[in-house]
Amino acid sequence: MSPRTIIDKIWDAHQVRAESSETPAILFVDLHLIHEVTTPQAFSELRARRLRVRRPERVLATLDHSTPTLPATADGQRRYVSAEARQQVDQLEANCAEFGIELHGWNSEHRGIVHVIGPELGATQPGMTIVCGDSHTATHGAFGALAFGIGTTEVGHVLATQCLLQRKPKSMAIHVDGALRPGVSAKDLILHIIGRIGVGGGTGHVIEYRGEAIEALSMDERMTVCNMSIEAGARAGLIAPDQVTFDWLHGRPRAPRGADWQRALDAWHSLASDAGAHYDREVHVDASAVGTTISYGTHPGMVTPIAAAIPTARDAQEAKALAYMQFDGGQTLSGQKVDAVFVGSCTNSRLSDLREAAAVMRGRKVATGVRALIVPGSVQIKREAEAEGLDAIFRAAGAEWREAGCSMCIGMNGDIARPGQLVVSTSNRNFEGRQGPGVRTVLASPRVAAMAAVAGVITDPDTFQERAA
Amino acid sequence: MKPLNQVQSRTAVLPFENIDTDRIIPARFLTTTGRAGLGRHAFNDWRYLADGTDNPDFPLNKDAARGCRILVAGRNFGCGSSREHAPWALLDYGIEAVISSEIADIFRSNALKNGLLAIVIDADAHRDLLANPGSELVIDIAEGSISKADGSKIEFSLDRFARHCLLNGVDQLGFLLDAEAEISAWESRRAADPWAMERAA
Ligand code: SF4
Repeated sequence: MSPRTIIDKIWDAHQVRAESSETPAILFVDLHLIHEVTTPQAFSELRARRLRVRRPERVLATLDHSTPTLPATADGQRRYVSAEARQQVDQLEANCAEFGIELHGWNSEHRGIVHVIGPELGATQPGMTIVCGDSHTATHGAFGALAFGIGTTEVGHVLATQCLLQRKPKSMAIHVDGALRPGVSAKDLILHIIGRIGVGGGTGHVIEYRGEAIEALSMDERMTVCNMSIEAGARAGLIAPDQVTFDWLHGRPRAPRGADWQRALDAWHSLASDAGAHYDREVHVDASAVGTTISYGTHPGMVTPIAAAIPTARDAQEAKALAYMQFDGGQTLSGQKVDAVFVGSCTNSRLSDLREAAAVMRGRKVATGVRALIVPGSVQIKREAEAEGLDAIFRAAGAEWREAGCSMCIGMNGDIARPGQLVVSTSNRNFEGRQGPGVRTVLASPRVAAMAAVAGVITDPDTFQERAA
Repeated sequence: MKPLNQVQSRTAVLPFENIDTDRIIPARFLTTTGRAGLGRHAFNDWRYLADGTDNPDFPLNKDAARGCRILVAGRNFGCGSSREHAPWALLDYGIEAVISSEIADIFRSNALKNGLLAIVIDADAHRDLLANPGSELVIDIAEGSISKADGSKIEFSLDRFARHCLLNGVDQLGFLLDAEAEISAWESRRAADPWAMERAA
C-alpha cells in the first residue's frame, strides 16, 4: 500500500461505502456531539419521519451556547436571556430524554462547551471520526481524530443512520519548524498561521499540523491550534497522537482501560502519517518568526504582531474593516483603550488558559472602566480553577468569574458588549457584531487579554512590566 | 425538497468579501427551535438601522435589488459557523441562488441540502457579475451553465450527487436510510477491527 496520511488512514477505516463520481462516500461517525442550538430542527425531522436515534450511545449532549453564565438565583431560577433561549435548552433536555441520549445538563459535573467536555471526558480519542453541528469541532483533531462541523440536516442524518455522505477532502500539511520563542503562545501561532494562509486558505482541505513546534505543544495548546482551523476555512485540523496525547487521555472517564487501553495504544501508534505520504498542499512556517499576535480587523486573517503598526488598507474590503474597527492603517494597537476583556471560549477556556490570565491578574486590579469576564470552559475546569484559588485572584482583581459556557464568544446568552466598545477576547472570531451589534473584537491570547484588562489598554507583553510598575 | 431545474432572475450584488454567517444571520436569532420565518433576520445588522427601519445604504434594500432571487457576493461567502440558519434565512428571504468565486465548505453543503444553489464560478466571470448588479441571468442546473442576457454563458461545476439531488428533489436522508443493511454489515465486520477500540458507549 502506498504511504498514507493520518487523514487517509482515518478516512479509509470509516468508509462504509467508498465514493464514486456519482455518489459521495458513506462515512461512519464514531462520536456525535450535540448542543441546544443546532439540533432542535433535526430532532423534529426525526419525529416527523418516525425515526429513532440509531446509536444513542455514540451521541453526547451538553448545554453551552444559550446558557446563562450567571449563577441561578436564590430560588433556583436560571437567568436566561429570553424565553426562547430557555425553551431551546428545555427542548434539548426533552429530546435527550426521549431518544436515550446522555446529556451533560445543569446537574452534570461535566457540563460545558461541547469541544471542551468531549476531550475532558476522554470521549474524544485518536483515530475517531467526530462530528458536531458546530464549526469548531476541529478542536478534537488535537487528539488525532478527524473531526468536523456539520449542518443541522446532517445532524439529522447522523442521528438516524450514524453516517454522513461526504466527499473526501483534500489534505494540507502545515509544518511548523523550529521552536516557538518563550512567551509566544499557541494562540499567537494559530493567528499567525491564519494570517499567512488567509481565511479561505484551507477551504476544501483538512490540515495536518506537524513539526517540532507542534510536537512540543501541550494538549491544551494543540486544541487551541486545531480549534481555529475553520478560521482558515479548513474542514478540519488535526495532529498525530503521541505520548503527550496518550498521557493526557489515560484514566479519563471514557478512555479505554486495562487490556483495552493497551490494544488502543497499539492502534493509535499506527495512526501517524507514513513517511512520504502525499499532501495536496504543504506550507512551512518558521516557529521562531512568530511573535505575540493579535487581530486588528473583522476576520481572523487580519492579524499583526502586537508591536507592529497595522497595515494600511490595500483595498475597499480592508478599508471597510478598518473603518468598522475605528483603526487607522499605520497605527500601533498597543496603547489602544479597551472597554471589555473576555477570557473564555473553546479556544482558550481551559485550566492552563485561566492560569495564564491569573498569573497576570494576581495582585493587580482590572483598570477602571474595563469590564473583565472570565468564563471557564466546563464545570470541571471551574472546580479545578477554584481549587487552585484562581477565582479568588480574578475576583480580587475585580473581574467577573462566571459559570461555564460559550458566553461572550457568541453572545447568544446575553453576554455581550455595547455598540462601539472594544473587546480584547481570547475567542476565535472577530466578525462584525459577533460579540454584540457594533462591538469591535480584538483576538488575543489569555495572557495578552489579561494584560489589556489590568492596563486598560492593549499592551505588548514586552512592555507590560514597565506599564504596570 | 422540490426538484429544481432553473433559477431565473435579475441579480442583486453584495460586493463584500468574506461575508460570514454572523453577517447572514446574527447569533442572537439562533435561539429558535424552528426554521420558519428567519428571512426577516437575513443580514439583520446590515439591513436595519438601530431604530429597526431599513438601512437605505444596504445594497439589498435598493429598489433595483428587491425581488431578486440571485445573489452575487464577494469571495469566500458563508465563512464562519456551521449554522444552517444561514441558508434557511436566505431562502426565506427569497434568495434561490448564491454566486461567488469561493464559497465556504459547510455553508455550501448546507445550502445545497436545502435547495439553495451555491455556485462557484471563475474569478473573471465573478468580477464581471459583481460589477453589473441587475444582470438578468438564467441558471441551468442540468447544463451547469449561467446564461446572460447577451447570450453568453458562464459554466460552473457542481458535484454530481448534489446536482442529481437538486434536479430530482432527492432526499439525502432517504438515500442513507436505504443503506441500512450495508451500514449494519459494516459495523459487525468492524467489531473485530483493532480500529474499533474506541468505545463511544
Ligand atoms: S465557545 Fe464560541 S466558538 Fe466555541 S462552541 Fe461556543 S460559540 Fe462556538
